[in-house]
Amino acid sequence: MIPPDTQGPAWSPYLVGASIGVLSWLTFYVSDKPIGASSFYAQVAGLLGKLLAQRHTASLTYFKDNPPRVGWEFVFVVSIVLGAAIAAFTGGEFTNEWLPPMWAARFGDSIALRAAVAFGGGLLMAFGARLAGGCTSGHGISGTLQLSVGSWIAVICFFLGGVAVAVPLFTL
Amino acid sequence: MIASGKAFIPQTEKHAPPVAVTSQLVNGAVFGLAFGFLLQKGGVGKYPVLMGQLLLQDWTVAKVMLSAIVVGMVGIFTLHRFAQLNLRIKPTRIGANIIGGLIFGAGFALVGYCPGTAAAALGQGNWDALFGIAGLIAGSWSFAELSGWTKRTVETWGDLGKVQLPSLLHVPRGLFVTGFAVILTLILELLHRFAPR
Repeated sequence: MIPPDTQGPAWSPYLVGASIGVLSWLTFYVSDKPIGASSFYAQVAGLLGKLLAQRHTASLTYFKDNPPRVGWEFVFVVSIVLGAAIAAFTGGEFTNEWLPPMWAARFGDSIALRAAVAFGGGLLMAFGARLAGGCTSGHGISGTLQLSVGSWIAVICFFLGGVAVAVPLFTL
Repeated sequence: MIASGKAFIPQTEKHAPPVAVTSQLVNGAVFGLAFGFLLQKGGVGKYPVLMGQLLLQDWTVAKVMLSAIVVGMVGIFTLHRFAQLNLRIKPTRIGANIIGGLIFGAGFALVGYCPGTAAAALGQGNWDALFGIAGLIAGSWSFAELSGWTKRTVETWGDLGKVQLPSLLHVPRGLFVTGFAVILTLILELLHRFAPR
């Protein structure tokens, strides 16, 4: 299923994982923050909402509990894009492609199809993350390493749900 | 069980003045830069690596996550023991964790990137991540629209509060962390032996 030309990780996954573990010590120690990504998208949604429909946005329970603002989590995720770009350029791995070859091999080269599926998937994923209380970073790394019971339940369900959809998508 | 859990939460708290807003933004930028760099070097911004994990054919994601958990856990609990940091534990809400988790997973399989790795994928030039990011913003909005209802219903199902595994299992925290680090390392060893990727 995986095309033979597909590259794996540039560095050892154990080294990268251990480094992310050390990075989590630093975010807790220096910034009093766990590593997390999904709340960024909610903040962007809230900031856009404040521009388009301020009173309605302010009336929504989630935004009352989590007022949208540009804070640590926001710049953290924006900087991920830059950090990954630096890593890709320095490692000669910048892809500059609209379709992953593995996707195109299975579903053809329609960008519109990929856009529709990725948009729908992103919508479900953010809804699920907000309901579950976090994503593969907030629950999957920060919550699990603090031994939070809910984070372990959530991350197991992330992968159960993922396998249940990915396997038929690519094998049936 | 829940009452005993509370005794485990903040045994020690760091007493420090709150970090200034501007330095928090600078810190967030530096840490985000490092996280994005590591995600890309770990290969987890790549569609076939992430889908390969969900197809159980490429175990890179599990290797990265479990390594991060072992190293992170040992350091965080050691620093917490000496009152050098605060824990930031999300509440356990069994219904919301399960239902939200399964919905998240289904979406993850359709996008092929998760919220953090979508940002990394974009950075390395996978422009299709933009569609996923647009969906993530739309999905966050959709949840906010329904958040009054979910807060009254799903989020109350099996709400245990901020409970951790050691207190749930009635094991002393230090012993649990040590034993769990050994178990997770053994799982990593098995993955290394039996999953070349």
